[in-house]
Amino acid sequence: MARTLFQKVWDAHTVRVLPNGQTQLYIGLHLVHEVTSPQAFAELRERGWPVRAPQRTFATIDHIVPTRAQARPFADAMAESMTEALERNCRDYGIKFFDLASGSQGIVHVIGPEMGLTQPGMTIACGDSHTSTHGAFGAIAFGIGTSQVRDVLASQCLALSPLKVRRIEVNGALRPGVYAKDVILTIIGRLGVNGGTGYAYEYAGEVFDRMTMDERMTVCNMSIEGGARVGYVNPDDTTIEFLRGRPYVPKGVAFDKAAAWWRGMASDPGAPYDDVIRLDGAEIAPTVTWGINPGQSVAVHAQLPRPDDSPSGDRAGLVEALDFMGFRAGQPIAGTKIDVAFIGSCTNGRLSDLREAAHVVAGHHVAKHVRALVVPGSQKVAIAAEKEGLDQIFRDAGFEWRGAGCSMCLAMNPDRLEGREVCASSSNRNFKGRQGSPTGRTLLMSPAMVAAAAISGEVVDIRSFPVAAPAAV
Amino acid sequence: MATSHSKITSAEGRGIVVRGDEIDTDRIIPARFLKTITFDGLEHHLFEDDRKQLKERGQTHAVDRPEYQGAHVMFVASNFGCGSSREHAPQAIARWGINAIVGVSFAEIFAGNSTMIGLPLATATAQDIERLMAAVEADPTVPCRLDLVAKTATAGSVTVPVSMPDSLRSALMSGDWDATSLLVDRYDEVEKVAADLPYVSGWI
Repeated sequence: MARTLFQKVWDAHTVRVLPNGQTQLYIGLHLVHEVTSPQAFAELRERGWPVRAPQRTFATIDHIVPTRAQARPFADAMAESMTEALERNCRDYGIKFFDLASGSQGIVHVIGPEMGLTQPGMTIACGDSHTSTHGAFGAIAFGIGTSQVRDVLASQCLALSPLKVRRIEVNGALRPGVYAKDVILTIIGRLGVNGGTGYAYEYAGEVFDRMTMDERMTVCNMSIEGGARVGYVNPDDTTIEFLRGRPYVPKGVAFDKAAAWWRGMASDPGAPYDDVIRLDGAEIAPTVTWGINPGQSVAVHAQLPRPDDSPSGDRAGLVEALDFMGFRAGQPIAGTKIDVAFIGSCTNGRLSDLREAAHVVAGHHVAKHVRALVVPGSQKVAIAAEKEGLDQIFRDAGFEWRGAGCSMCLAMNPDRLEGREVCASSSNRNFKGRQGSPTGRTLLMSPAMVAAAAISGEVVDIRSFPVAAPAAV
Repeated sequence: MATSHSKITSAEGRGIVVRGDEIDTDRIIPARFLKTITFDGLEHHLFEDDRKQLKERGQTHAVDRPEYQGAHVMFVASNFGCGSSREHAPQAIARWGINAIVGVSFAEIFAGNSTMIGLPLATATAQDIERLMAAVEADPTVPCRLDLVAKTATAGSVTVPVSMPDSLRSALMSGDWDATSLLVDRYDEVEKVAADLPYVSGWI
């Protein structure tokens, strides 16, 4: 019988059905970071349990790592002690730790794929909701809480209930100036921030077929912002070529065997879906969030909604968001003055994102009133970008060039908004207080749009921004 | 070797109403309070930024209202707990004294995390949640109750039907809500499944 990738992966990893009806699911890759793991390790110690599969467990630091002064000990004593705790836990339990000295440190969802740890057909878990990123490879990747981190450490398994599968087909071609970020923001805007609850999203159709792995990761990354814990793209030639030659990917004959198995995990033609949604890629515009959740977005040339014209159920939320943001109902989003521009995060902190942004800023300078920073998603991304001279383009334009980390996406480190600052951000969440100031305001958009906003000092339409000729980059 | 936890069949006490859709985990517990290696003391920072902002406007967040101190049953609206996977969110709520949350809907990871720490969540229709909230707001002293056996939520004289995923409900009722003990049992079965996965066995 024809099956979806989700069903195939689920079946291949099922250990048994537990007495409560949940499935005991084997986890093929466990990624660990400093924020959601210390309590899990502490409980392991307390109960005297070993880590069952240290060879399938990999750690890095990303959330709390400062992106400027990275010498140890960190200036922030708590950040230092969290780092020391992870160092100790990795050492005691034999877990590979991509630390600052490794040259491979970075945001957990950037380094997994970069190292070739993330592979099609796997189950992956990490104590971070953006673990859905790894679905770009045709893996089923779950964001989990700390008690579940403990479960995976202790048993290499999770107790879960199966998800329904919604196929989201985007066909046609994206127009110039429209990026993967605009595609996922549009999907979330259409289906709602809780539309995906209980579902895995399968992204399919011509638009995703043509996307690079980096672009697919941007889309899968934000599945959770639409309520879907899991999002994936079926593995294809693009996936296989991306993986070829990466450190943890098999080589030679084994690679060919792996590639054949990976392809076989893709959804079968005629597989049953619980729901199918179709969108026209040509209708997607550069998109900007204006509110306090990622579903509150508009096309950059459009106006903010008017609560009075909206369904009654949405009204209170719209009024609250407009009030918090200090925006007027019906005002255009273009022309909104910004104070900070942030390029980075697990959503858009990869080499291709930095290239797109550098292409926009080349030959321009950041507006006088704007504080702008670029934070590579990993040390390897930083090195590759520096090799291409992207760091110099950003520096010349007045951006700060930082070390790898989560940085201002969630401000558990020195990078944060102050007061009521407005930030054009390539990250994934515009929640109240998300970027470190309780009253700070976040506008989510593609890295190219952040770059254009940094230069212009306000939100601008990338389609009418004077980008220098590609030769300049 | 499976150790069982307490069986949770009901939760009761006074109620607290936290209104608003899409209350995300950054609002429940702002990220700066995740800089810790334990869950101790998180309750002091529950809804911290929301509370402060309301105070500045001369208003009072539910968590700061005297009539809600000591409440055990929380009533919320839709998509409560959306956002990050931080277990610190349900931890902060539970440590503040909440033994059950009843709402229109919950984000999935938040719901899973809550069950993992023995905090039952139940959903009801928006109309029924409004009736429960109104009853508590009219008289915060009325007894409230989530009954997992009968699948009902009560606030004073209002009792409504609620839903919970069967697996989570039965896990709480049987005391198996902490799945770790079940998962670490019978590891030979786990190894058998792993051995059949080509990426585990090494593509031989």
